[in-house]
Amino acid sequence: MAIQTADDNVNEMNEWQGALDELKGLVSERALTGETMLLNMGPHHPSTHGVLRLLLELDGEEVVTCLPDVGFLHTGIEKNIESKTYEKAVTLTDRMDYLAPMSNNMAYCLAVEKLVGLDVPKRAQIMRVICMEMTRLNSHLVWLGTHAIDMGAMSVFLYAFRERELLLKMFETLAGQRLMGSYIRPGGVWRDFPPEFMPQLEAFLEIFPARVDDYEKLLTNNPLWIDRTQGIGVIEPEKALAWGITGPSLRGSGVAWDIRKSMPYSSYDEFEFNVPLGEHGDVYDRFYVRILEMRESIKIIKQAIKKLPATGPFRSENRKFVPPPRGELGRSMEAVIHHFKLWTEGFAAPDQEVFSAIESPRGEIGVYIHGTGGNKPRRVHFKTPSFIHIGALPIMTHGHMIADLVAIVGSVDVVLGDCDR
Amino acid sequence: MGVSSKLGNLGVVTTTLDAAVNWGRTGAMWPLLFGLACCAIEYMGTQASNYDLARFGMELNRASPRQADLLIVSGRLTRKMAPVVRQLYDQMAAPKWVISMGDCASCGGVYNNYAVVQGCDEIIPVDVYVAGCPPRPEQLLHGILTLHEKIKGESIRNWADDEKWNAESAIRV
Amino acid sequence: MSVAPALDPIEAVKNAYPQAVEDVVEYAGEITLVLNPDYLPAVARYVRDTAGLVYNFLSDISAVDYFPDYNRPGRFGVSYHLLSMLYKRRLRLKVYLPEDEPSVETVTSVWPGANWPEREVMDMMGVDFKGHPDKRRILMPEDWNGHPHRRDYPLGYETPMFSFNVEEIMKHKPKARE
Repeated sequence: MAIQTADDNVNEMNEWQGALDELKGLVSERALTGETMLLNMGPHHPSTHGVLRLLLELDGEEVVTCLPDVGFLHTGIEKNIESKTYEKAVTLTDRMDYLAPMSNNMAYCLAVEKLVGLDVPKRAQIMRVICMEMTRLNSHLVWLGTHAIDMGAMSVFLYAFRERELLLKMFETLAGQRLMGSYIRPGGVWRDFPPEFMPQLEAFLEIFPARVDDYEKLLTNNPLWIDRTQGIGVIEPEKALAWGITGPSLRGSGVAWDIRKSMPYSSYDEFEFNVPLGEHGDVYDRFYVRILEMRESIKIIKQAIKKLPATGPFRSENRKFVPPPRGELGRSMEAVIHHFKLWTEGFAAPDQEVFSAIESPRGEIGVYIHGTGGNKPRRVHFKTPSFIHIGALPIMTHGHMIADLVAIVGSVDVVLGDCDR
Repeated sequence: MGVSSKLGNLGVVTTTLDAAVNWGRTGAMWPLLFGLACCAIEYMGTQASNYDLARFGMELNRASPRQADLLIVSGRLTRKMAPVVRQLYDQMAAPKWVISMGDCASCGGVYNNYAVVQGCDEIIPVDVYVAGCPPRPEQLLHGILTLHEKIKGESIRNWADDEKWNAESAIRV
Repeated sequence: MSVAPALDPIEAVKNAYPQAVEDVVEYAGEITLVLNPDYLPAVARYVRDTAGLVYNFLSDISAVDYFPDYNRPGRFGVSYHLLSMLYKRRLRLKVYLPEDEPSVETVTSVWPGANWPEREVMDMMGVDFKGHPDKRRILMPEDWNGHPHRRDYPLGYETPMFSFNVEEIMKHKPKARE
């Protein structure tokens, strides 16, 4: 878009009226007269948070308002799931928030279990907790790396991805795939922990706290980092709640709301961990909340390893919903029938609706499932935190400069796959 | 282009020139800083210290398409994003190559629906397809090295000839 | 500061707006209040502000298309998922909207965060929200026709390729050559 000044000739102004008409209510009056500049921060830009387009209204260097334009990664996952059975849809949910795939799986599986009334054995619940906390570490490492590299601190990116490789190796041991494991299924998890998993996990937990200390040494008391992040992008707590912000971005403003503590699921109430809170609601607080959350996740995983029951099923034994293990197929006719029915047709869910939410690394992922009474859902809707947070960007970025905008978008930790689904 | 008409059929000179030019092109091929979805995260993992891309001279991602040689389409290409990718490809200066990374970019992947373009080769010509969802870093490296091999097989004589030096010779990895 | 005791949301809303509640559904530990669409903003403000209810957080707005199921009061069902952080419980307000010109008033005056979820429902289902400040499409391109999440909208796929039809499909598949 060209710079529009008040001195432009009348013909050009008339040309502009057509394009600006739809923005009339959204940008301030000064943009329409040409006093402020409309700049397109297009879907392809170096702050690699995905394909996000921001239409900025700038008064010099200062952002008056920003209009996010999303949908460049809209994949139609919700409509695709309507033509799949409930078990097969788990693989599609992996790919929404691709930095924390197991939390998407978990949110979806919790909703399915609520809809059909499926139990989850104790061992499976603790295994799920371990997977989700590892996913949280994974996601926060990528956030740290990309946030730091957006602000110029490149070495943090390399360190974070080095740790991430260790985690990905463990995910590969568990689920066979580094990223999109689809490990968490309705009723429990896909398979038991392989014997080589526990030693890897314990070795990782030995070295990881020292690595988090390394990241803190680089950033937390760094005067450049503090200058760039303190006082930037402040969100007041009441405004944050009114605009639907959840997760570490909300806790950075001082609101003590963590679904794991307040409305616990999957035996989170048996774990002892703190919920870090920020004070000022600026970028630095959100950054520090996530660093502390990484330490809390380590604590939770250590407790979970101790609490893990030595024996027990890793998935529900309710054969109306969960396929039997392959070893049983040679011994029991019922197992063969269940296997056949579940893998060809799938289980049926009642014509009711449920909503279930978990605490993902980004915020609250809510899943709304409406069944039909048959084997395919009528509607699955994912409430994803990134969608809401990008919608709240205009109030967060008002009055800041473009460089601060990059810091704010990074601190809110948006993932466009999560936003657009 | 004028080179082939001036060189004619000089045998040894052109093969040495070919080798030199192709060595230069494959030695430091700068990718465009472009990532769509999950495959971009694996691409970032390939670039990081464990599966280093810097040993191929590719650690420098250029944000501007005018300065980039390689477009790695990593992730699902949606109908809304398709014109943008085409514009980026058009803005890149020749010589340019495209790697279609992942299943979604190669053929639409898991998503066979209204919103996803069934393969980015509907819009831009692709040189190498890398399969996987997402492909492991080793797979992407294999794809990049395959592209290097393909480039080393190119010759000056084919530069001026639009049909020969583009889409038909795509390789699937 | 003491916290007021938690009220039963069904009783409270029925007492305050007796003509608004059309149905109450309780399933899997969740409460759904089916409301008359005209009363939605008033009930939303009531449950947000009343001590004892304090549903201060709007989690999600989602829409269902019941086509071609004619057993429901309307073709579209729009659900507002509320959360009370003080009493740690959830509530769902649901409205059924008819097939021609489905519209309901916006709740952006009650929770500003409803802006984008309502835009998504407008874009994907074609439900109109009266008084919404920004009615542009959000996920689909601006010039897209149709509302993809409706049940009568085709999934729109490319026919799966097998060896018997691959030639036919590849003939019509666009392929960029330069």
